[in-house]
Amino acid sequence: MKRSLMGRKVIVFFLIPALSLIFVFLILPGVWVLKIGMTNETLTGPKARNPDFVGFENYAKVLSDRFFYNALRITLLFVLGSAIIGQAGLGLSLALLTYRRRRLKSFIQSVVILAWIIPEVVVAYLWIAFLDKDYGTLNMLLSAIGLRKINWFYEHPLLTIIVFNVWRGTAYSMLLFSAALETIPPSYLETAEVIGASSWRKFKDVILPNIRSYILTDLILITLWTFNVFTPYLLTGGGPSFRTELLSIYIYRTAFRYFKLGYGASIATIALLINFALAMFYLSLSRRKRT
Amino acid sequence: MRDPRRASRIVSYILLAPIAAFFVSPILWLIVTPFSIRPSLFISLNGFTLNNFARVFQNRTAVNAFRNSLIISVSVVVLVTTCALLAAYVLSRQDFKGRNVLLYMLVLFSSVVSGAAAMVPIFILNLRLGLINTELGVILTLSGGIMPTALFILKDFFDSIPRTYEEAALVDGSSPLQVMFRIFLPLSSKGVIVIAMLVFTQSWSNFLVPFVLLRSTSKYPVSVAIYTFFSEVGVPDIGMISAYAFLYTLPVIFAYVLIERKFGFSFYGGIKG
Repeated sequence: MKRSLMGRKVIVFFLIPALSLIFVFLILPGVWVLKIGMTNETLTGPKARNPDFVGFENYAKVLSDRFFYNALRITLLFVLGSAIIGQAGLGLSLALLTYRRRRLKSFIQSVVILAWIIPEVVVAYLWIAFLDKDYGTLNMLLSAIGLRKINWFYEHPLLTIIVFNVWRGTAYSMLLFSAALETIPPSYLETAEVIGASSWRKFKDVILPNIRSYILTDLILITLWTFNVFTPYLLTGGGPSFRTELLSIYIYRTAFRYFKLGYGASIATIALLINFALAMFYLSLSRRKRT
Repeated sequence: MRDPRRASRIVSYILLAPIAAFFVSPILWLIVTPFSIRPSLFISLNGFTLNNFARVFQNRTAVNAFRNSLIISVSVVVLVTTCALLAAYVLSRQDFKGRNVLLYMLVLFSSVVSGAAAMVPIFILNLRLGLINTELGVILTLSGGIMPTALFILKDFFDSIPRTYEEAALVDGSSPLQVMFRIFLPLSSKGVIVIAMLVFTQSWSNFLVPFVLLRSTSKYPVSVAIYTFFSEVGVPDIGMISAYAFLYTLPVIFAYVLIERKFGFSFYGGIKG
């Protein structure tokens, strides 16, 4: 039998502070949301004090809520455009273009990482300034080369937040893919070069099969993160006329602008279940990789 | 065009230049505008001044928010680092029943309960506990959210310390707490610094938690204060906002440079989320 280094008391004493914080402020809310979603609790008014239990009534309402479907559709396009196509695509391209070029890679990476680590509220204002319809740098440049100034937030709101989020989040994919490329034995690529393979064939037949598992990991994680992103609210507030209202923004509006906590919780439950599915997928994947 | 390598080099520069410009352009504004005499939304430096910074320090809300951010972040750092250290020590060294299930649940919940969706039950929790519009509510909520990540990284650090070290000390009659402070802490000081930095940047940058939980302007941290500055009706003071944002961003950049020096960026690649 292995001798224990610590007594039971010590184990409990050491674990309790961290675990109780996690339990109360992370696990409890995650479970409690199921119950709140079945009440008609509001922040103010008579239902604030004594909310009724309404069962699945909220969920029935969600299923016929056109704002919910609007938010779901926009979130889907946002995840597809900014994460799966944008971040993963650009991240992979950047990793490939800077592969085995140390100085170039470190320059590109530091710029991309800068966009990733600046606090979100600052980033939001940088983009508001950058895209301003009259004085923004982008429109000034457009008009300098004789093009029309574009009111980005009104004419192309969804495209704007998609491009914004590509800018914001590409760093993770680039870092992951750069690391993935390093794991390919150089001899593989050298052999391909010797037999005169084209760049495309090298990519398709040597690189892609070797980084496949990284790509899947990347796609799941950035989908999960992008699905929960709230930063676009700071840029557009969900507008104009709900055209950038992501699910996260719709939940915020329902619960904290209209004070419908019960109904907001039922939509939040749906969002958290989607998170749950993605996280389980990721965990089962990383488990399989280890064994 | 004889040399295909050189050709591919040139092609890659042609492709990379606009991408680099795309990433740099919005950030350039943050570097230039705070020092500009006539600050505008366009990136232009027309004469150097520190006047914008002076106006930040004359703004009571702005100064107050800096203090609030500092109180919140430092509290979260102290709380999370201490709790995570103790727990990671046990989780690394003690193979008790249910440990793996516990670890699995922590990863799962920390990635599921996030974003605006999680804010609904978290808000109600704070409401029931009487913590709405208190800094304590923000501190505890942020701590609970960051704790699992901190715990895992520290556990990884501890896992790499050979067991013989603390066995010798325990044989000598040291208590587990002494082992923790005399052996683990010095040996994993690098890890502790990284954790502290990460926790600091995450709580310093967080917008959503204080935005939802706090009501009074006097309690706002910088993130929420900046948002109110630029979303307010009226003409925003661009020079002041840019200088303020600049000062607010500096510690974050500093912390990440420090982390990068110690471990390289790949280290935190998997944990910022």
